[in-house]
Amino acid sequence: MSADAQLLDLAAGAFLLAAVAILWRRDVRAQTAWLSLQGAALAAIAVILGADQAHPELYAVAAAVGLLRAVVLPALVRRAVTARAEDRESAPLINVGASLLAAVALVLLAYAVAQPLVRLEATTAARALPVGLAVVLIGLLILVTRRKALSQIVGFLLLDNGITAIAFLAAAGVPILVEFGVSFDLLLAVLVLRVLTARMRAVFGGSDLDEMRELHD
Amino acid sequence: MDRTLTDAALLLVPIAAPLFAAAVYAVAGWGRATAHLGTAAAALILASGIAVAVSVAHDGPLTTLGGWLHADALSAFLLLVIGSVATLACAASPAYLAAERAADEGGSSRRYGALVSCFLAAMCLGTLAGNLGLAWIAIEATTIVTAFLVGHHHTRAALEAAWKYTVICSVGIALALLGIVVLYDAARHAGLSEATALNPAALTAHARALDPAVTRMATAFMILGFGAKAGLAPLHAWLPDAHSQAPAPVSALMSGVLLAVAFSQILRVKQIADAALGPAFSRTLLLIAGLATLALAALLLLAQRDYKRMLAYSSMEHMGLIAVAAAIGTRLALAALLLHIAGHGLAKTVAFTASGHLLQAERTTRIAQIRALATRRPALAGILAAALLALLGLPPFSLFASELGIARAGFAAHLGIPVAAAFVLALVAFAALARHTAAMLLGDDEAPAAGAPPKTAATARLSLAARTPLITGLTAVAALGITAWPINTLLNLAAQGGR
Repeated sequence: MSADAQLLDLAAGAFLLAAVAILWRRDVRAQTAWLSLQGAALAAIAVILGADQAHPELYAVAAAVGLLRAVVLPALVRRAVTARAEDRESAPLINVGASLLAAVALVLLAYAVAQPLVRLEATTAARALPVGLAVVLIGLLILVTRRKALSQIVGFLLLDNGITAIAFLAAAGVPILVEFGVSFDLLLAVLVLRVLTARMRAVFGGSDLDEMRELHD
Repeated sequence: MDRTLTDAALLLVPIAAPLFAAAVYAVAGWGRATAHLGTAAAALILASGIAVAVSVAHDGPLTTLGGWLHADALSAFLLLVIGSVATLACAASPAYLAAERAADEGGSSRRYGALVSCFLAAMCLGTLAGNLGLAWIAIEATTIVTAFLVGHHHTRAALEAAWKYTVICSVGIALALLGIVVLYDAARHAGLSEATALNPAALTAHARALDPAVTRMATAFMILGFGAKAGLAPLHAWLPDAHSQAPAPVSALMSGVLLAVAFSQILRVKQIADAALGPAFSRTLLLIAGLATLALAALLLLAQRDYKRMLAYSSMEHMGLIAVAAAIGTRLALAALLLHIAGHGLAKTVAFTASGHLLQAERTTRIAQIRALATRRPALAGILAAALLALLGLPPFSLFASELGIARAGFAAHLGIPVAAAFVLALVAFAALARHTAAMLLGDDEAPAAGAPPKTAATARLSLAARTPLITGLTAVAALGITAWPINTLLNLAAQGGR
């Protein structure tokens, strides 16, 4: 196994580990630290692939991805966390132990579902690809089981990191214009969600999503 | 003029005109001079839609900016629908906002003007994108710009709707991105270049080289993801909340065209998937999604107590029917589907705008608190009744012709059982809508429910400015129902993807 392949596996491992750690920590501030690590791992994946495939364009993408996902987005979430303790709690519907067990099941599921993609090409990158899908599924799990506004944003970011990782590992990234457009949309979506969270605190006195139940049939 | 230059101008105007309007609103604010700037931009979209349609019918598809923008018959048709619905909705906006200001509620008009114009630009970009990635970016952008429009009234309910809308649509559409990424992988391995690997036409042409298992995965993700934005089950939960809380002209735009723009992406995906996998796969997915959406909408319409939510569920019912038509997938079905999109867009715009006037006049959205509208507000009641009749699919309105077309195409394609099931569900929805509307228009005004808010006599008459867009819209749906000749060629061309 070449050094590049080992580095890639290491970065992909760190990427998945960060997702599991986010599931494990209940404090939103700690979650954002792991989100930064995950963003850095994602940028590292892009750099390693750029070096491996002699694809210098990927360095620029890696720099942008690293800046956005390791620095800007986690900072946006962290700054929205208020000093009040109840706001920092991510209020899981199922306890952490069960969440971690669910994560194991999701990783297995991701490996099963991603088989057609892995078979398409026998490279180290393609073999690491199920990791991206696993992170997508863990992001969905967080979205479904955490009922606080900020944890939902964290889950959404996890989902998006997973998709970007799949794009890198499968095809060395989508065309650069598309990647930038997607990143821009993501940044705006997180800003919108942050403004809505602030309004929610002003109107409902908290950011518990179960407080919102005026609209139903 | 040079063909490439005219092409570029035709494709750029519908995106640039509303962006310009948005910039003016952001700088100069909403005033007497700028109130109808949005309408002008929408009219320009309609005009370029007509020009694009003529050009496509004569010389085939237009392309510019190295293939990033592309217009075929389908996009030309959608551009026409966006242009007409947007012109009506923007023309109705000044009266709506003026009444809102008079009642001292609602958010900033400046922001409303700028966001609505950005919304139009994003929809046009989504329609004209010659690249699935760019179309995705535009459709996610519609979520971002409309989030604050849904939350325009700073109430608890509006905030809840805006949150649900942003989260569910962003997550749903992220699944579509996952599908696009997976399809891109398959396309690159099938030998397509980086520039063409997300181009629907190139993908359809090289569909046989795509890996079937990977394409199947991509198709499922994209139908699920774009389906979320098109109001299809299972990711539909945002729709009734967002459509009922947004200001009426925005509800009209979201229901009338945004759903259709998102659904057109499903049509493009289906074309690629059918060429790669045969029609059975996408047909099954679309039938399940369409019938589930129809069933949900019909059930929730039966017990509906809020008329804006009633209109929202009616949109879901129509999108379900459109998904069934797409599943049939023959030329007749696709032509009927497009006519249905146009008819539903126009009729729902009139219905939502009229419901906005109703809300401003009666200060309630409860069906039970509105009675005898036909005698108290005959003009508004007449318009609302006509719009509902159109939505129910009665002649002379075009939805009658398109529903008949969908049914005929379904039986011709030997899909009798699912199509019959779809129309039984549509009939349940029909009965529910008819009962609620009849109660509002003709019901007894004797004993208003206890605790009903006092009825204001303000705006007893619908002003000319408020009436004109409504009547124009109704006339257009009726005209389309009587003869579709102006768009016949375009409909046929756009439906050519069918079998």
